[in-house]
Amino acid sequence: MPINSIESIAKRGVTSVQDYAILTGRAIGNIFQRPRYFADLIVQADSIGIGSVPIVLLTGFFTGGVLALQSASSLAQFGATAITGELVSLSMIKELGPVLTSLMVSGRNASGMASELGSMMVTEQIDAMRALGTDPLKKLVTPRLYATVIMLFFLTILSDTVGTLGGAVISIFMLGQDGSQYFHTAYQTLRYPDIIQGLVKPVVFGFIIASVGCYYGMNTKGGTQGVGRSTTQAVVVSSVLIIAIDLVISQLMIGIFGF
Amino acid sequence: MSTSTQPAAAAAQEDPTQPVVIFDHVSIGFEGKPVLNDISLTVSPGDTRILLGPAGSGKSVLLKLANGLMRPDSGTITVFGEEINQMREEELFKLRGRIGMVFQEGALFDSLTVRDNVAYRLMEQKVPEAEVTQRVTEALRFVELEQTLEKYPSQLSGGMRRRVAIARAVVNRPDLLLYDSPTGGLDPITSTTIIELVMKQRDVYHTSSLLVTHRLQDAFTLATHTFDRAANHMVPIPDGKLDPKTDFLVLHDGHIVFDGSTHDLVHSDDPFLKEYLS
Repeated sequence: MPINSIESIAKRGVTSVQDYAILTGRAIGNIFQRPRYFADLIVQADSIGIGSVPIVLLTGFFTGGVLALQSASSLAQFGATAITGELVSLSMIKELGPVLTSLMVSGRNASGMASELGSMMVTEQIDAMRALGTDPLKKLVTPRLYATVIMLFFLTILSDTVGTLGGAVISIFMLGQDGSQYFHTAYQTLRYPDIIQGLVKPVVFGFIIASVGCYYGMNTKGGTQGVGRSTTQAVVVSSVLIIAIDLVISQLMIGIFGF
Repeated sequence: MSTSTQPAAAAAQEDPTQPVVIFDHVSIGFEGKPVLNDISLTVSPGDTRILLGPAGSGKSVLLKLANGLMRPDSGTITVFGEEINQMREEELFKLRGRIGMVFQEGALFDSLTVRDNVAYRLMEQKVPEAEVTQRVTEALRFVELEQTLEKYPSQLSGGMRRRVAIARAVVNRPDLLLYDSPTGGLDPITSTTIIELVMKQRDVYHTSSLLVTHRLQDAFTLATHTFDRAANHMVPIPDGKLDPKTDFLVLHDGHIVFDGSTHDLVHSDDPFLKEYLS
């Protein structure tokens, strides 16, 4: 590969990171400046949050169920099936709840944001908005960013709850375990650091989903083909970032709380 | 149509003889390729300047520069006495309250109704609901589309969308109008309707404007006709005369190759202009 093309790729990479940082920085800061678009925030919260409830419920329930099934069969080798509830609740609250909910919301909403804003870019609607005196970052990006962060937080709690219930349904009705024991171990094992870890992650992941989706949407070029490319890139990048940042947060939390 | 107080107040502080738009040695390029090179031009109050040129000559870029939607690589752009290439985006939003822009394909917000599209700027300015309704109705009556209030852009024809875009641009009674190929892709009859609206805005409200087009017949219709308010349609200027407030700029390869009156353009000996106009 010629040196000048390596240089131009590196420059493009650095420019992209810089543009992303500027976009997210301004989107966060806009909440402290007038005009504020609270109506748009509510609309986005409804679309992103309430609209994602069915997929989050289904994903959470079946993940909890399969977790109970798999862990019960492994624990049976050591005669420890009694701690199935503990395993399910810890796994759901610390890892699977936040990560799977975020991946589902990313697939549904990062793509939606990239395609919606991308279509507006290629049809000059964003330029028209600027020409009409409206800051597109304030009107379009900031409401999506805050709505995703807020709603993903609650969706994760919902997913954790439904996942634990899914594990209970499988443990009680398929594996014949004692229900009160399942819920007792599931509750007793949880400590505050586990819950904090499980609630910090969706805040960060929500930020990743919205900022990446909006960044790719606002930087769409090249007509309908460009919209398709932005949509794919938004889902891929946000999903990979969620999993990578999950590792970083988990390590950080272990470092802070010691477990 | 009622007048917006904000633009009127700002306009009152200006020298009415000063050009509305000044481009001074402006250049811009993308990915190392120059698009506009050393462009200098002015738009005086009440003037309609028609920007001609082949496709890809940078006409739309010039219009976006005039509205601060793009920033030049070099040179200065002054609009209403303010150097816009030094202004922050927030300051530009205020200035754009005095500028109406019609985009190439209309650029209507496809998730909003015609009413909300036209009312967009007024609603952003928190204008009372009753006044919004009145001004939107007036703007839509100007383009003869009052019956489409509750329709979505996708339910309109291409020509109707372009007329709604004009209504959206003039609803605030701007001091400067920027038209980016308002008749591009339209059939001749619809194009004439759009040109008639541009002419109506020029002759009734005397708004300064910069109009980009590659359709010579539209440009010359604007130069040779005037809007008759009594008859509510355009008529040829008697005795083959030309509109004195309408003149031409021609862009070619990123340079302005002609800047002058209709008469000078049609009598030019420049080989490119002769070929372009033939």
